[in-house]
Amino acid sequence: MALSTGNLGSYNPDKPQEGRVTDLGPRHFWQYFPPVIKNNYGKWKHHDILEPGVTVHVSETGDKVFTVRCGAARFITSEMVREICDIADKHCDGYVRFTTRNNIEFMVDSSDKLETLKQDLQGRKFVTGSYKFPIGGTGAGVTNIVHTQGYIHCHTPATDASSMVKAVMDEVFGEFTGMELPAKVRISMACCLNMCGAVHCSDIALLGYHRKPPIVDHEVIDAICEIPLAVSSCPVGAISPAKTDDGKKTVKIKNERCMFCGNCYTMCPALPLSDKEGDGVTILAGGKLSNRMSMPKFSKVVVPWLPNSFPRFPEVVQNVRKILNAYSNDANKYERLGDWAERIGWEKFFEKCDIPFTEHLIDDYRLAYDTYRTSTQFKFTQAAWDVSKAAGGIE
Amino acid sequence: MAFEPKNEQKELKYEELRIYTNEELNNYTEEELKNYKFKNDVPDMDELEKGPWPSFVADAKQEALHRQKLADDRLMTSKDAVDDLMGILQLSFDDGETHWKHGGIVGVFGYGGGVIGRYSDVPEKFTGANQFHTMRVNQTSSKFYDTDFLRSLADLWEYRGSGLMNLHGSTGDIVFLGTTTEQLEPIFYDLTHELGVDLGGSGSNLRTPSCCVGKARCEWACIDTQDLCYETTQFYQDELHRPMFPYKFKIKFDGCPNGCVASIARSDLSVIGTWRDDIRIDQEAVKAYVAGEIAPNAGAHAGRDWGKFDIQKEVVDLCPSNCICFENGELKIDNSECVRCMHCISVMPQALRPGTDTGATLLCGAKAPILEGAQMATMIVPFMKLEPPYDNFKELIEKIWDYWMEEGKNRERLGEMIQRVSLSKFLEIIEVPPAPQMVKEPRSNPYIFWKEEDVKGGWDRDINDYRSKHKR
Repeated sequence: MALSTGNLGSYNPDKPQEGRVTDLGPRHFWQYFPPVIKNNYGKWKHHDILEPGVTVHVSETGDKVFTVRCGAARFITSEMVREICDIADKHCDGYVRFTTRNNIEFMVDSSDKLETLKQDLQGRKFVTGSYKFPIGGTGAGVTNIVHTQGYIHCHTPATDASSMVKAVMDEVFGEFTGMELPAKVRISMACCLNMCGAVHCSDIALLGYHRKPPIVDHEVIDAICEIPLAVSSCPVGAISPAKTDDGKKTVKIKNERCMFCGNCYTMCPALPLSDKEGDGVTILAGGKLSNRMSMPKFSKVVVPWLPNSFPRFPEVVQNVRKILNAYSNDANKYERLGDWAERIGWEKFFEKCDIPFTEHLIDDYRLAYDTYRTSTQFKFTQAAWDVSKAAGGIE
Repeated sequence: MAFEPKNEQKELKYEELRIYTNEELNNYTEEELKNYKFKNDVPDMDELEKGPWPSFVADAKQEALHRQKLADDRLMTSKDAVDDLMGILQLSFDDGETHWKHGGIVGVFGYGGGVIGRYSDVPEKFTGANQFHTMRVNQTSSKFYDTDFLRSLADLWEYRGSGLMNLHGSTGDIVFLGTTTEQLEPIFYDLTHELGVDLGGSGSNLRTPSCCVGKARCEWACIDTQDLCYETTQFYQDELHRPMFPYKFKIKFDGCPNGCVASIARSDLSVIGTWRDDIRIDQEAVKAYVAGEIAPNAGAHAGRDWGKFDIQKEVVDLCPSNCICFENGELKIDNSECVRCMHCISVMPQALRPGTDTGATLLCGAKAPILEGAQMATMIVPFMKLEPPYDNFKELIEKIWDYWMEEGKNRERLGEMIQRVSLSKFLEIIEVPPAPQMVKEPRSNPYIFWKEEDVKGGWDRDINDYRSKHKR
């Protein structure tokens, strides 16, 4: 038993079916539980957060497991995996776990082991100074940003992911390593509307976004796409069949109908829509998916567009900071960002976060009416006086 | 409760599986790393090495240097894979557009999912990352591993791929980023034969099911999320690897309504653990919370002084269904009014626990915006007992799939189809009766689609009969 070497290894292209193994599924979880997890499976009684990033779970048997949660880039190398393994071998009997939000969790079964583990983790830095294993991500703070591939591996992104996440996490590092917020804040990032990470229910969602309709590659569209499929791919009917001057089959785009979802490009490579000036970042806020207290809710668009200022995205970072600060100063204990916004009213949200409200924030897509205010119940903010003035209501 | 795997699991030892020697694994010094410059000029990448948060670029640099220092015959893909990927990333920043081509149908024989083809559109500039296909490797439930497995993966992927990966992708899988078409079968061979692990899902098929930490390390898990996830993945291997659906289908398992894997927002079938009996109360522990002896919310708010714990303000008044009261030093819960939101339990985990008669609530149809806009999952089954072999669960899944495969349009997610055919129709098909729990409120428009069989005498009437009573 050994991993194969040589160009084709153990694979024999002349007899691809010989001894082929398929459909065996994932490795079974049981073998990867540390003994303390195996012994207390289903018997956990309660837990405590001892300090940011460090939790203890107490079992009915009296056993305890101490977990140290570390932030990590989602994009990781074999070299990094080996270092994670070195730590796990040294302190955790060779076991380690990853969280849904791309944190790494190291577990030990005693508080003595915990201290040496923590020291080891805090001491590990990249040669350029970044922490390799920052401890945090628990309780009333910001945990790791889940994100998509961006320019590293995707063919439809409107922005980059890993770099934006690095920039934002550098900014909110204190919120990752601390627990000073009113409740947890989940920041998520997706590089286009496909939202491979489904970020639409996050406290703060960062979303890559196109603003120019597709370009039609008339030369090849008939050869590389099925035109009826391209036409029907558009959810707003902006694409229709057409012919070029020299009689080739192609499509035409009603630009004013396009809402830049990019579905046409996914179906047809001859309709690219990314563009240096057009592409940018949308910020959504106030979503959650936990059922705790209030029901799960979608994030709402609060900043319609910011430029792709690679590699540090200062405009995005600044807006995240403004929202976080306003929320942190104003919300009640346990109150999630969206619950806070709803309690004070969205008009106050924009005022307190110092974010301009523009026409692009009024829904004009399906079911838009559901979001209109059909009441005289609202709060006066400067925006109300500006409208009143413009309408001739006041001097 | 112990789970020994049904199928024998090959024990993996890194020492037996490894490709690289210790000398090869430690083939550079910190000094060399400090001085290493990526092959291409990448000023923005240099900028991304700064700051406290783990730098993916600094990490990539370690891998780039390590590759450069390995002997030529110790890598089956380009030495420059990492350097050139950073070059492509820099070029994308310069151009404000991605440089990955659309499409590229590649895969392993007999599978329609698990591999995503990727080609650069600047192959002549960055030859080392010209072909950069993704392979998704099915993670274990809850993403626990041992180092024998992880080190073996690291060697395999460094030798036959770029050494770059995601731990983990959004779908849940271990994502291997960057290999050539030629290496796909050798990698698949070693994954299955040597490491006993399979590819995950991609494309129009069942996507790799995923779950929260569950009973492994959480006192709130009302269902065995790991076992359910494993069993579902194993049972539906064919659906996972061979696209047969109108579009993707995701199943995710949350152990409780706190929803740590976000199933309610991103799975076509969301399984959320819950209970139907009473919340367990330890009144002594309640007193300890009130007396300030135990920090509320497991210490989650320790970073700021929020003042003394106030059970009335922090628990009773925040209960969404107003079913808790605190009188004469006792906490009382009217469980028939409880909506199981987890707030009181989360605030006082040592005093309150979910009940013991547990199962799951099933919800359908969540998805991200493309195509018809974002949707959250709709509550379909209030409570389902979930015990091995989970036949009741599988029966429901198959009813849903049968109808969706018949009726769903190309690229139509389950949630979109339910919107198109209506929730009532969907319920009829999966043989689940309607209930007020499925809606936030009843309809406000009276445009009810009565069916012909609903109305006495049917819809066919005789105009002459009508005219005998009503002149034109």
